[in-house]
This record gives sequence, structure tokens and C-alpha cells, in this order.
Amino acid sequence: MIAELGHLALAVALAASVALALLGLGGGAWQQAAVMRQVSNMVALQMTAVTLAFGALTWAFIATDFSVALVAGYAHSALPMTYRFTAVWGNHEGSMLLWVWVLAGWTSALAWRMRGADAAQRARVLGVMGLIGIGFLAFLLFTSNPFLRAWPVPADGQGMNPLLQDPGMIWHPPLLYMGYVGLVVAFAYTVAGLLQGRLDAAWARAIRPWTLVAWAFLTVGIALGSFWAYYELGWGGWWFWDPVENASFMPWLVATALLHSAAMADARGSFRLWTALLALLGFALALLGTFIVRSGVLSSVHAFASDPGRGLFILAFLVLVVGGALALYAWRAPAVGAGASFQGWSREGLLFGQTLLLMVAAASVLLGTLYPMLLDALGLGKLSVGPPYFEAVFAPLMLLVMALMVPGPLLAWRRAAWAWPSRGWLGAAALALALASAVAWWVPGASWATWAGLAMAAWVVLGVARHVLQWLSQPLPRAVRWRTLRGAKGGMWLAHLGVAVFAIGVAVVSTWGHEQDLRLRPGEEMAVGDVRLRFDGITMAPGPNYFAIRASLPMLQNGQTLTTLQPERRLYLANGQTMTEVAIDRSLWRDVYVALGESVGNDAFAFRVHHKPLVNWIWLGCLMMALGGLMAAVDRRRVGPAEGTA
Amino acid sequence: MTQGPKRLGPWLALAVFALLSVALALGLKLNPREVPSPLVGKPLPSFTLPALGAASAPVSSQQWRGQWWVLNVWASWCTPCAVEHPVLLQLAQSQRVTLVGLNYKDASPAAQTWLAQRGNPYQTVWVDTQGSVGLDLGVYGVPETYIIDPQGRVRHKHTGAVTPQWVQSTLLPLLETSRG
Amino acid sequence: MRGAWLNAAVGWAALGLFLLLPMPVVADSVLEDKVQRVAGELRCLVCQNDTIAASQAPLAVDLRNQVRRLLAQGQSEAQVLEYMTQRYGDFVRYRPPLKPSTWPLWFMPVVLLLLAGLGWWRFTRARPTGAQS
Repeated sequence: MIAELGHLALAVALAASVALALLGLGGGAWQQAAVMRQVSNMVALQMTAVTLAFGALTWAFIATDFSVALVAGYAHSALPMTYRFTAVWGNHEGSMLLWVWVLAGWTSALAWRMRGADAAQRARVLGVMGLIGIGFLAFLLFTSNPFLRAWPVPADGQGMNPLLQDPGMIWHPPLLYMGYVGLVVAFAYTVAGLLQGRLDAAWARAIRPWTLVAWAFLTVGIALGSFWAYYELGWGGWWFWDPVENASFMPWLVATALLHSAAMADARGSFRLWTALLALLGFALALLGTFIVRSGVLSSVHAFASDPGRGLFILAFLVLVVGGALALYAWRAPAVGAGASFQGWSREGLLFGQTLLLMVAAASVLLGTLYPMLLDALGLGKLSVGPPYFEAVFAPLMLLVMALMVPGPLLAWRRAAWAWPSRGWLGAAALALALASAVAWWVPGASWATWAGLAMAAWVVLGVARHVLQWLSQPLPRAVRWRTLRGAKGGMWLAHLGVAVFAIGVAVVSTWGHEQDLRLRPGEEMAVGDVRLRFDGITMAPGPNYFAIRASLPMLQNGQTLTTLQPERRLYLANGQTMTEVAIDRSLWRDVYVALGESVGNDAFAFRVHHKPLVNWIWLGCLMMALGGLMAAVDRRRVGPAEGTA
Repeated sequence: MTQGPKRLGPWLALAVFALLSVALALGLKLNPREVPSPLVGKPLPSFTLPALGAASAPVSSQQWRGQWWVLNVWASWCTPCAVEHPVLLQLAQSQRVTLVGLNYKDASPAAQTWLAQRGNPYQTVWVDTQGSVGLDLGVYGVPETYIIDPQGRVRHKHTGAVTPQWVQSTLLPLLETSRG
Repeated sequence: MRGAWLNAAVGWAALGLFLLLPMPVVADSVLEDKVQRVAGELRCLVCQNDTIAASQAPLAVDLRNQVRRLLAQGQSEAQVLEYMTQRYGDFVRYRPPLKPSTWPLWFMPVVLLLLAGLGWWRFTRARPTGAQS
């Protein structure tokens, strides 16, 4: 009964979305005030209906109602309660419902924030959000109904993939979807503006904070996915350039370009057409990601569904929405007109260059991700494009991006004096190179890539330091100082420092991280970094829905036991899958990472032990970026000319 | 960014997107997991392996030159192999082509029992306990089936269980091409 | 109650399996580094989304051992990669080889970078008219 109510709620939500789109776009076009008022009601109806549907599915999972086919497919009577919740979105249909719920949420938030804005613009923007809602709700209802019944009702479910029975599953998809869906807002604003033939200051001012929030969520979502894969998959890697990972990374790159471009559009009125294009492409890539993950076009360990039928639906939606938006863009571009002009060597010039570089990076990742499919479609054979390609292409581009991060904020607007680099600049560059060279010379094993990465990170840090020092040298009252520090400027500094921290983490762990395969008998010890691990034997460790053997490895330093690492190998009872649970001792400076292998006879077991210096800087850097983004998002003050001078 | 009616730039994004959509639509028909064999069109790597059964002399892969033959890689622990077995039995009975088996990473007693229970369509069964010949042949899963022509060249490789449809649409037409 | 006994029985059987399957472990670390490097360039054909260095599939273990054997015999890393490509095709290489069908893949990023540079140059020259918002 509850499932049928959920199904009905989805239908109501679809109707509400249709009404929202019609009223919003129609009302905005014909400026009918009464019609535009109804838009709020439709938003509320959509939100309520989708919430009810989501609630119905959640209830079905918590109560393990196996008469619902989805629950039978992904839950089990022994599944712990927390994972019954996450099982709601641990499958294709449920995760689409989560997507739609997040979309309804953002639409409601947008409706509320825009309540004081121009009614016509509000109606149009919400109308576009409604259009997107139609597509996803139709997809759910017609190809991916989560409320289908199973008959005969199975006695028990098939259980959840052990890899997903992890706290990461609680946060990773919702955060990621908050990011993807957030990009719809900039898209909606832009389409609404293009329909009107105007991309004005209000548009620019609105896009910036919404994009920043979406970007921050996307950053955390991706970082969390990486962090989770690191400890879950057991081989010590944190990024694999897998098609699904790339599907989330491409929108992130475009969103990074967009937030910089939008900041400039807001501050200076320039970049409007470029910002508009980026806003459209950001969501386009998020949709493309949805397609890649669910259509079976590319093989991925992450892929939810491999259903060409569903893939066709998403592709049709993609073509309609993105094709329509890009056609609208091309048609309206002349009407929108140019923004303020600027010279190459100026803040706008370098920022423009930055966004171009980021787009080249996104395009390259797209090319590499889709190339195997393209070649196959042309009958030219099958090949694989993996980490070696992406690293070779992406790393140099990122180094260039980091190089430009420094001069940008320090230059004047519109036109900066091209002076021979001042002693300050030269000094900073020399210092950065010296620091990197010192590390590379002193610690053996560094490569050119390591040196370049460290030098760029140092360059960025010094650039931020210089900017901060210049700001400090201005006499300003304390209140203003505090305001700036927790606002857009402080956020920028924090985010840029985050990029440097991230880069250092990647460079160091890629170069100096190392692993050993070895076997130990109980009582034997091995050295890892500055500690020793002693194998104390195996115990049984049954869990709620699995059976496991657990190794005990106290970590010793100077005779003291610091902690005990307990890697496990688990056998899940519902589907017979085995899994390794690694044990990690984390610190800011290094991780000691141990995976339990197989028995090698004579009581001995195989272990793979990794030493990973500074690996946590990778995710720390991402957190800093996200936090910086949020600080900038909530800063109400517009970054105007007065604030813009160095 | 200059004003004016003639602006190609914004249309570029749409054009690229259109091409991309076509590519994606084509992609929906493909199977990304299928791995084609680089051996197709090339001579089968020659090898000599012991045969299953009473202690007989090792058999060389050159033995079947001069005729079309089908090499089927199987194992007693492989479920799809049991599913495809009736098709192979029928093929052997029809005497259209010679069928040779490669018992891959298996234990001979188990393999012999398996054949005794289900019937033996193979003229000979090679025993590749370590999988080293399988590696040379590019085997990555069982079952896999190769069609080899009288000159010793691999003409087709099929991964997964063979079906009657495959026999009709792929095997028989290839055999026909060599007849006059 | 029967469920608990069944679970325990399965658990013990599984544990027995764990204890019975031996795994070869090698001690030469220079060779191992090389094996890791080469194995990191090769794609596991069974799971298809792991390198053979990371995958635990039986085929991956076999291929790793073969890589180790070949490297121990003195073959170079390039030779070992070629050996695998001959048997499994380009699909097994995570770094796409440079040949006409992959020229677009390897050269497009450079082309795009140049185009981006051109675009930047074109849009940042001083223009006589700069229409304000």
C-alpha cells in the first residue's frame, strides 16, 4: 500500500513539474501576475510529493518489505539498520529518486531565496527547474520505477554489495547529488536570461553564490568518494580515472571555471557570454555523467545500470535539454552583447586564461573517457584509456593552472602595467624553485614531475602570502579586516591554499609512497616508515551479516605499542562475496596501511603494507577548497572595483 | 567579444554537442566489456601439450593443418561450459568440422568425469593445467572458442558459451567460404 | 537457532578455504618494483576496472606471475608489455599506444591548448569599442 502511495506521489510530482514549467515559462513570458503566483504553489506541491515518494521507499527498505522488487534486490533481513537507509540509494532507481528529491529541494530553496526578486525572472528560472524535473520524473516513472512489486514475494532479499556497507555510503551519494543538482541553478538562471535576451547584473550576482555552494558540495562529494575508495578497495589508490570518477570530475572542472568567470561577471560585467556558456556546460556535463553511469556505454566498477533502453531515454533528454540550451545560446548570443573589454595582461585576462585552461582539461578528460567508445563505434578496434594517459595529459595542464593562480589576484583590472617582473615576483619564483629543489635533492627518488608539482605548490603558497601581506599593509579597521577574512577574499585564500596542500599531498605520496608484499608468521615483525608492526595472530570476528578472520598487528615505536592494526578478510553470507577490510593508522604526516592477504601455510599469512606520506593532505586540501568556497558563497558584499585593487 | 550578427563561435558548442550525441547513440549499441582477439587473421601460436586420457604422446597443434577445426577452451569448474556442451555435442555429431578441446586450469580426473557424465564431442582434449598455453592464446575466461582454417590461421574467436545461433550465423558460413 | 548453526558452519568452511589456499610471496624488492610498474600499466580483463597489479582475480594473479617470470628472465618492461599486447590486444594496455588511430587522442589536448591560446589572444586585444553591461 505504501509503495503504491509512493508511486502515486511520483505521478503527482510529475504533474506538478509540468504545471511548474508551463506556468513558470508561460507566466514569465506573458507577465501574468496571477499565473506567476501559482508557481510557488507548484514548487511546494512538487517538493511535498517527492518527499512523500522518497519517504515511502525509505519505509519499504527499513521495514524490509520484500514485496517491493527493489528491496528484494538490494536489502536483506540481516542488513544493519544504517545500511537499510543507504540501500535506498544504493541502486539505480533509488538513487534517481534521491536525485529528484535533491532537485525538488534546490528548487524550493531557489523559490524561497528569490521571493523578493523580479517576479518574471523568478517564474522563468523556476520554470526551467520544472522542465528538468519533468525529465527526471518521467525517467523514473516510465523506465525506472522504484515501486515495482515482486511476485512471488521472496523470503529474503539478495543483500547489499559488501563494498557499499560502509559509512561512506551515507554521505557520498547525497553530497555528490547536492553538487550536481546545484549546477542546475546556474543553468536555469542562464536559460531564463537567454530567453529574455538579457544577461544582466542581477543574473551575474545570483549565479555566483549558488555555483559556489554547488561547487563546494561537489568538491566534498568527490573527495569523499576518493577517501572511501582508498580505504575500501584495499590497494591503496585514491583515484583511478574510472569513467564514473571522470563523470563527476568534469562537471567539477567546469564549475571551477564557472565560479571564477561568474565572479568576474558579477564584479566587472565582463565575461558574460563565456560565463553563460560555462553555466550551460556545467549542467550538461552533470547530465552526461548521469548518462555514462547508467547506460552501460562504458564499463566501470561503479556503473549502476547497464541498460541501453534507459540509456536512450537519458540521451534523448540530454539532447533535448542541452541541445536546446546551446541552440538558444547561439541564437541569443548577439542580443546579449559584449561585456567590458580588457587586455590580456590584467586580472580579467589571466582569469579568462585560467578558465580556458580548465576547459581544456575538462575536454581532455572527456576525450579520454569517451575515446574507447568512439573507436569501437567507428569499428577501429578496442583499446583502453587509463591512468597513464590521464596523468600525462592532466598534470601539465594543472601545473599551468597553478602557475596562473598567483599573478591573477594581484594584477589590476582591465589593464595592468607590463613591467619587467619586479624583485618581489622574481624573489617568489626563485624561492619556490629553491624549496622544491631542496626537497628533491635531499630526499632521493624525486622525479621532474615531483619537482614541478612541489615548485608550483610553493609558488601558490607564496602568492597567497604576498597577497595577504599586501592587504595587511593597508590601514584598515578591525571590523573590516574580520569581514574580509571570513568573506570572499578569505575564502579565496583558503581555497587556493587548499589547492597547494592538495598538490603537495599528491606529489609526495605519488613519489615516496611505497608498499611491500611480505609474509609473516605470528611473532615476526616488519618495519614500515618509522614504526614496526608485529603479527600477533589471527582471531575469528563474526559480524552482523558476515564472517571474518582478523589479524592483530600492534604498531611499535621505541618499544611502546602505539596502537593495534586489525585488518580483516570477510565472507558475506547473503551473496558469498569476500572482501578485504584494510587497517589504517592515520596521521597528518603519513598513513600506515595494511591489507590482509591469504594464508601461505605454516601459520603464516601474506600482507601488503603501504607507507603513504602526506596522503591525508589530498583530502585536507579538498576540504579547504570547499570551505573556502562556502565562505565566498555567503559573502553578501559584491566584489567591486574598490575591493578589486591589489 | 564583438557584437554583430555573424558569430560562428556560439554555434560551435552546439555543433560539437551534436557530434557527441551521435557518437553516444552509436555507443549504446556496443558492448564495452567484449575484448576482441588480436589473433584473428594470424596463425594460431603452435604448441604441444599432453592429451587427456591414458598416457598418450603429447599432441601438437600442427596436427590439424589442412582442415578446418574448432578449438574449445573449457573446464569442469565452469558453469557456462556445461550450458554450451549440448551445442558442441550436436556439432560433433554433424561431422561438419573437427572439434578439439583445451582443458584449462583443471584437474584431469575432474575433467574426465565431467566428460564421462556429459559426453565427449572432442577428437582430442589438451591438458593445460597451468594455463600457460591459454595465456599464449589470449584466453581470459572460459569458455572460449576459436575457429581455425586449414592454413592454421585463427579466423574467429568467440568468448562465452556458444549457441546454435552462433553455429548458424558464424561457424557454418565460414566453413562454406572454403568450399569451391 | 538453526540459522545460527548454519552461519557458523558456513563460517568454519570458509575459514578452512582461507587457510587452504596458498599464495606465492616473493622477496626480491627491485624485481617487485618493476613487476608493480608493469602490472600497473596492464588492465585486468576479467574485472576490467582494475590493473592486474590491484586485481585479485585468478587471471590477474596468473598474469602478474607471468610478468614476474619474464622480467626475471631479463626482458625489458617494454618487451613484457609487447608480449601481453600480442596476446590480448591493445585493450590490455592502460596507456594507449601511439598509432594513427590514437593520434587524435594524444594530440587533441595539445591542439586544444593551442586553440585556447589563440582564443585568449583574440579576445584580449584592446578593442576600440568596449560596450559596458
